[in-house]
Amino acid sequence: MKSLGSIRRSFAPWADPTAKPYISFQNVTKRFGDFTAVDNLSLDIYQREFFALLGASGCGKSTLLRMLAGFEDPTSGDIILDGQSIKGIPPYRRPVNMMFQSYALFPHMSVEKNIAFGLKQDGMPKTEIAERVAQMLKLVKLEKFAARKPHQLSGGQRQRVALARSIAKRPKVLLLDEPLGALDKKLREETQFELMDLQQDLGLTFVVVTHDQEEAMTMADRIAVMSAGKVIQVATPAEIYEAPNSRFVADFIGDVNIFEGKVTASSGAAMTVAASSGFSLEVETSDPLASGADAAVALRPEKIRVTSQPPASTAINTVEGEIWDIAYLGDMTVFHVRLPDGKVVKASMLNAAREMDDPLAYDQKVWVSFAANAGVVLKG
Amino acid sequence: MTRWSRFNIASIVVGFGFLYLPIVLLVIFSFNESKLVTVWAGFSTKWYVSLFQNQALIDAAWVTIRVALLSATLATVLGTLAALALTRYRRFHGRVLFSGMVYAPLVMPEVITGLSLLLLFVAIGLDRGFWTITLAHITFTMCFVAVVVQSRLVTFDRSIEEAAQDLGATPVATFFQVTLPVIAPAVFSGWVLAFTLSLDDLVIASFTTGPGATTLPMRIYSQVRLGVTPEINAACTILIGVVAFGVLVASIVTRTRENQRERDERAAAAV
Repeated sequence: MKSLGSIRRSFAPWADPTAKPYISFQNVTKRFGDFTAVDNLSLDIYQREFFALLGASGCGKSTLLRMLAGFEDPTSGDIILDGQSIKGIPPYRRPVNMMFQSYALFPHMSVEKNIAFGLKQDGMPKTEIAERVAQMLKLVKLEKFAARKPHQLSGGQRQRVALARSIAKRPKVLLLDEPLGALDKKLREETQFELMDLQQDLGLTFVVVTHDQEEAMTMADRIAVMSAGKVIQVATPAEIYEAPNSRFVADFIGDVNIFEGKVTASSGAAMTVAASSGFSLEVETSDPLASGADAAVALRPEKIRVTSQPPASTAINTVEGEIWDIAYLGDMTVFHVRLPDGKVVKASMLNAAREMDDPLAYDQKVWVSFAANAGVVLKG
Repeated sequence: MTRWSRFNIASIVVGFGFLYLPIVLLVIFSFNESKLVTVWAGFSTKWYVSLFQNQALIDAAWVTIRVALLSATLATVLGTLAALALTRYRRFHGRVLFSGMVYAPLVMPEVITGLSLLLLFVAIGLDRGFWTITLAHITFTMCFVAVVVQSRLVTFDRSIEEAAQDLGATPVATFFQVTLPVIAPAVFSGWVLAFTLSLDDLVIASFTTGPGATTLPMRIYSQVRLGVTPEINAACTILIGVVAFGVLVASIVTRTRENQRERDERAAAAV
């Protein structure tokens, strides 16, 4: 069976109709005065899932997380955790812990005391606390820094303390609010994989809020793309990328070329769209639109080939244009190609070889081509 | 760096002279041999010796210290609570009015504060003395504490309180284990401010006192009316010394802590 993207691991409780969701938002609405932060939202998250809430700032993702933590209560609707409604339960009685964007470390306590704080509140015996703290310090590789105060640590170390503190109580769910936002790029990439390994090893349910699509794509089992208090699409990273359900998602995740036009021909598994003057697209789709309908087709830049010679077959999805802009990024090069009607198409090509026989240059006449299964018909 | 112009030097000399000349004179004449305050007759510490034999002054100093300790402590508790309420509950009706009312006593003439408190004490039939002075001092120093603590709370990162609650601390536990330790320096500054204000208050204490409770500033003032003696100069010099020492220690402590923190942060960033 063909599938979208690469398969990470065979973990897909959302595809199993008998699986029970662990966290369930049921028609949740949250208003602040006149402003609706979360708008009649329903969402299921499964046990041991690494779930990402992705969206621009102000889309309601943080509010959703804060409602799980107990800092906000829904205006209407209900939130179920492990079979029980957690509506109205104060944050200090909820079996969830949160890692804050600012880390929120206690500045007057050492690393050790920060990690022990939650355990102490539960009245855990001292010897057990010491044991657990040592274990956590080892997990985040900060054994040598146990006695330091937060201001004596680097940004990356603080992030680890915050993480250790939030998992020390072994919560049912760990909430992460932009967990890597304050780290530099290299450290962020390393930490992404560490977080994934940690989540696997501990078998916890992670709910992470992020505005960084790359972060969400790397770490999450499933992503909920949010906008204006609503979930637009919930799916695996590969589905979100390769089969966006709307123009918003296609545009939000990665780069995309969108072609619009009227459907001129439609058969059982394909349709033709007259995109622009003298150029018509053929798209394979299981659900083609009727002839004459308006259609929008999304094409990812890496699915488009740019060649100096006409491709072997020019029967479908081939159009001439000229190179308008070239952006060399090292691993790949992005070409902006201007089509005869003025539309600029983005295409990216992997720089697999160090030297090219015939490099493309500015203003060069080129052929743009793509396969019939490269495009996605956008609904909505 | 621009060079010092004559005008700049002159303004500094005049400014600081204006501020400190009276105090310097007072300190110098406290070591005067002569009984005449304005005539220098040689160095002596005899007025300090006689000061410690002046039972009335010592009693007054003792009353002052007890009033200051008690009123500063209670004013700190009340002022901190007021500051918390005003910074935390942003959406209650009349918040602007209440904040304004907290600041108002800062600029209220002391005569009015004193008189109104006196009227209140008379109206409710409270015997005037040690306790009425203490109450009055709590009233007028509380707003200073509130202002100091409020300015710290404005920059306070609320997320550490949320983190504490998230980790299972009740609101009360959060306050005592997280909020209070973090704002402690501001609370302490508020206490020191309230303590010194109470220490040197004359007007409000005069209005609200009764027989048997005379504070040091009141005693000094009543003695000065009979003529300034070098003994008073000596008492004032000691007071100045105590206050200056306190301020010095406080600023050195903050400075070294801040320097240490900066060094630590630089070291951490370099790792």
